[in-house]
Order: sequence, then structure tokens, then C-alpha cells
Amino acid sequence: MTAISHHIPEPMLAAYAAGNLPHAFSLVVATHISICAECRAVVEAHEAVGGVVVEDSGAVAVSASMKADLLSLLDDPIPEAPVYARSGPYPGPVVEALKGREPRWKKLGMGVRQDILAEDKHGSVRLLYIPPGQAVPDHGHNGLELTLVLQGSFTDETGFFGVGDVEVADETLEHTPIAGAGDACICLAATDARLKFNAFVPRMLQPIFRI
Amino acid sequence: MIAVRDHRDKAAFSRLFDHFAPRLKGFVMRNGTSAAQAEEIVQDVMLTLWRKAHMFDPHRAQVSAWVYQIVRNRQIDVARKENRPMPEALKEEPDAEPDASQILAIEQETGQLRAALQKLRPEQREVIEQAYLGELTHQEISTKTGLPLGTIKSRIRLGLQRLRHELKDLSE
Ligand SMILES: [Zn+2]
Repeated sequence: MTAISHHIPEPMLAAYAAGNLPHAFSLVVATHISICAECRAVVEAHEAVGGVVVEDSGAVAVSASMKADLLSLLDDPIPEAPVYARSGPYPGPVVEALKGREPRWKKLGMGVRQDILAEDKHGSVRLLYIPPGQAVPDHGHNGLELTLVLQGSFTDETGFFGVGDVEVADETLEHTPIAGAGDACICLAATDARLKFNAFVPRMLQPIFRI
Repeated sequence: MIAVRDHRDKAAFSRLFDHFAPRLKGFVMRNGTSAAQAEEIVQDVMLTLWRKAHMFDPHRAQVSAWVYQIVRNRQIDVARKENRPMPEALKEEPDAEPDASQILAIEQETGQLRAALQKLRPEQREVIEQAYLGELTHQEISTKTGLPLGTIKSRIRLGLQRLRHELKDLSE
């Protein structure tokens, strides 16, 4: 595996640690820090700051009955929670978002496919599949977009992105990502707005494709 | 915490409760949560601490950092009815010898972090607390000055030493 060279900006890691990042971005962060020690260390450092804030919070007495209730629960059997392990190119958090199933690819044209994992008013997060050598036509962004490579690679005007790398794109970036040769490029892409495609899908079709 | 993890020591857990539960209740109530609901959240957090004790690794975190992660998860769950995506758990090395110097270093760094936070001016401290209560967006975090992004650099370096080889194991 080549070294990861494109990381997640620290304010975003801090917001993730503080639990105040939109769900779509949080999934990208959780997936990236499953494979990137550097960003995971940053998140854990911010959790240490959070821990200090808890330690220094003014104490408010808790009721004795709550403690007694809690102590009586300690011997109860622990409810089984499903554990989602890495599967192929998909780290645990992606497998969890897929609820353990294989991706259900929907064709977008030109061999490009997607599977929308989650969508709400704050944004969406999807898996994208781009055949080797295929270009995803020039597109701009309405909001912020995070793209994490899970398999293969892509290159655009800003550089090369291999497995584990994250591209952070905002309104100012108009780019044409091209998938590398070899394995198809599979990405986890999160945005807080709809993408603006210039040529790929006519604007009027966007609601249909939900891009 | 180690007695709780390795020996399922209820007396030790009771002491952990006495230390953290009132602070957690104070922390949770700062965003306007009622005392009754705060107690429910604190109870859930402490139960999770007991049940997931095997996942605690003193080489990477102090108990307070771990408690913070758990309480924020629970608060997000209650407020938004959704789970915050979490990273893969790191593989445990059951036979690995504890590395006392790393554990001590994490303790010392956390102590220094705490001292640094206590030295801040009240309005700076206010911003930090808002951020870690989950009240600032990432855009606000990057524009508001005074966040201890620099203060925690040595803490990051320490965490990295440990994480590098654990993540390597995970991806192989
Ligand atoms: Zn990273």
C-alpha cells in the first residue's frame, strides 16, 4: 500500500471528535481514520481535550437510586451488537453503512456507477465506481465535497489520489478526475450539497440521478 | 479503570462512577438538557464503560478521553436519532506487555493539556468549551482563533507512535 498523502483538514477532524460534523462527512472521516494513523491520532488528541473539558465540568450530584440501578445492571448479559468487519476494499464503517450487504450499483452512464448510502437535508454520501481510465467530466461543486479513494486511484488538476487519500473540493474547484489504470476506482464521496455537472449529466436530470 | 477492565472489579467501577458521573452530569446539562434526562445519559455512558472496558487502551488514551467519546456518541444518538459513524476497532494484542513509559507519557501530556487550558483567558476557554460541547461547526472551528490545535501537537505525536503499528496490523 502506498503512503497516504492527502489527509482530512484538522478543523474537520476536531468537529468529528466533538460530534458536530454532518453525518455524510462523519462517515468519510470514520473510514479514513480506520486506515490513516495520522488522522486517527489527531482525532484521539481532540478527544483528550474533550476529556479535559469533561473533567473540569462542574460536578452535579447524581441520585443514589441511579447508581444503585446501574450497579444492579452490571451482571446482566451484554446485548449482542453486530460488528462490521472490513470486506474487500470496504473498511468497517462503509460495511456498516451498507448494513453488511454488497453495494447495489446504479448506472450513471459511461460505465460510472453509484450506490447512495445516506442522504438527508445536510448532504449525502455515496460509493462511486469509475472504470479504469474513465474520466468523470468536468464538474464544479455547490458546497463542500470529500472524496476518499477505497480502491484504484484517480488523478485530476490538483494531483494523484491513491487508496486512503481524500480530496477536499469546494466551490472554487472545477476538475476532471480520471480513474487510473488497473483496478476500477472506487470512492466514498460525501457532499453537503448537490454536485453541479457541466457536461456529464444535464442539469435537469440531476433530480433523477440525485447527484 | 485497569482493575475494571482486567478483573471486572465492581468496587473499582464504583469509584470510577463516583468520579465521573457527577462531572458527566454537569457536562451534559451544559447544553440545556434536563437533570432527569442527563441522569439517563450518564447511566448509559457508565454502563457502556463497564461493558466495553476491554476496548480501553491506556497506551492511547486517558479514561477521560474515552468517556468523552462515549458521552458524545450517546448525546448524538439522543439528539439526532442517529449513530455517529465510528472507525474500525484496533486489534488488541492480548499478550503484549504494557508499556509503562507510554502510559505515563499519555498521562503527562494530558496533564499539560489541562494546565494549558486552565491558563487561557475566560473568553478563549469559552470558545474551547463550546467546540467540545459540539456547538461549533468545522467552519467555525477553523475561523475562531484560540482553539488549541497547536497545544495538542505533542499529544498527537505520542498517539501516533502507538497507532502506526496497530493500523498496519489492521490493513494487512
Ligand atoms: Zn489522514
